[in-house]
Amino acid sequence: MLKFDNVSKRYPETGDVLNNVSFHLQQGEIAFLTGHSGAGKTTLLKLIAVMERCTRGEIFLDGDCLSHVKERHLPYLRRKMGFIYQDYKLLTDRTVFDNVALPLAIAGFGHLEIKRRVRASLDKVGLSGKEKKFPQALSGGEQQRVGIARAVVNKPPLIIADEPTGNLDPELSAEIMLLFEQFQQVGVTVLIASHDISLISRMNHRVLKLDHGQLVL
Amino acid sequence: MKPVKRKPVRPVKKPVKHDTRQTRTAGGNFVDKLHAYRDHHAHALFSSLGRLVATPFTSIMTIAVLAISMALASGFYIMVINVQQLTANLESSNQISLFLHDEVANDSAAQLANNIRQNPNVQSVKIISKEQALAEFKTYSGFGAAIDVLDNNPLPIVLQVLPKNSLQDKQELERLFKTVEEFKEVDYAQVDMQWVERLQSIVEVARCGTALFSFMIGIGVLFIIGNTIRLELHNRRDEVMISKLVGATNSFIRRPFLYTGFWIGFISGISAWFINAILMLILRQPVEKLSGLYEGDLHLVFLSFTETVELLAIASFLGIFSSWAVLIVQLRHTRPE
Repeated sequence: MLKFDNVSKRYPETGDVLNNVSFHLQQGEIAFLTGHSGAGKTTLLKLIAVMERCTRGEIFLDGDCLSHVKERHLPYLRRKMGFIYQDYKLLTDRTVFDNVALPLAIAGFGHLEIKRRVRASLDKVGLSGKEKKFPQALSGGEQQRVGIARAVVNKPPLIIADEPTGNLDPELSAEIMLLFEQFQQVGVTVLIASHDISLISRMNHRVLKLDHGQLVL
Repeated sequence: MKPVKRKPVRPVKKPVKHDTRQTRTAGGNFVDKLHAYRDHHAHALFSSLGRLVATPFTSIMTIAVLAISMALASGFYIMVINVQQLTANLESSNQISLFLHDEVANDSAAQLANNIRQNPNVQSVKIISKEQALAEFKTYSGFGAAIDVLDNNPLPIVLQVLPKNSLQDKQELERLFKTVEEFKEVDYAQVDMQWVERLQSIVEVARCGTALFSFMIGIGVLFIIGNTIRLELHNRRDEVMISKLVGATNSFIRRPFLYTGFWIGFISGISAWFINAILMLILRQPVEKLSGLYEGDLHLVFLSFTETVELLAIASFLGIFSSWAVLIVQLRHTRPE
């Protein structure tokens, strides 16, 4: 599903941030990406989102090469991934419904289909009835769940979460992890960047540990 | 293990593995997609108008500047078409005036007039007798009292020869002029064309000047709208970034901004039309009074329906084009962070 093949990333200012990283996530697998700050977690996620291009090596998503994709093909590729951010990245001037509907509108769904899918997605994360609210009116945990609903509404085969529980208390964190496990059960691959060691150890999933840009097992 | 060849990333073509995983294209058939596309356009059209209304102060400031610029350009245009129709009326007065010798009597003048009427290039000949000329002179020159002092009438008989298609064929006019000038009764012949020609070349200069001026205004409008869209893009940077991250194509991101550009141009065009209409209403009375003084039938001409449509089309086009140009450049430099 997601495959890193000897991937390195060098910035002119800071040198190598990632060094020969190789791993392969199977379909329906959950993995944690962990490591001290500055170990290259964010860079690795940026490479998957193609916000950055790797210096060496290749990245494959479902057979498509991410590291050399042409700029004009990029949007279609990004529709195969759902991103969840620590700071939620919600549009504050739009309702919860419109936030979650964004990927569907972009993909060209009709409004009836959008309505149906958004409802289902919000229902899944336990936010039904809050469609018309604006993000600021919601708690941190609820906003994070809006972000998750947006990430999964398009039913992408890969979900990437960057510190999804960073701002949440342990109880909410556990709930959100449970959600991820539910997505896994329907065949979605999930990669979660986190430094919450206790949470990671409790969950008994594959762990990718980065140390100074290298993967340590 | 490296794969031999990279697979191209292109939507649709690959078979979808799971029903639940269809991510590249929207569900439904072609008609559904078309409807979704239309809905999306309609939404972009009205939401961009909504955004302009939501920030009335900024919108009014921008649109006022644009409307006044466009009103200036179209106002000059209206001025030129009015002067043009004025000179178009003057063409018919392109006549040849024949001043006859003082001793020529009314009878022989009438005979000469009949003679000239035979010429196929002549439309009509009008005789102004000495008495008529004197009466006219008294009325219009303001020297009535001075004329009364003279014992005899110093004015000659005048034949006004109106040629057919006077201005169209200059050589023909020249030939006619030569012919009528040759008559022995004629003391002095004059074509009233030169000043009309001068006036028309002044109008031509004004027309050309207006075209250049409008062009400059158009460029200015492009920059103003472009800058407005650039600021709008800057204000909605987050939205652009997030849209890009969830797979929006550049054309999807451009769409609402293009509609914003369209609305700004279109509304400015309408406002420019109204500004000119108000100016025309204010000017109508003084112009009619002026026209009355000159016994002319000068009526102000305003933009016709076609010209109005053209004005709005140009204004909208400028809006869309400048937005498009700015977006092409700016979105290239906008990468998600």
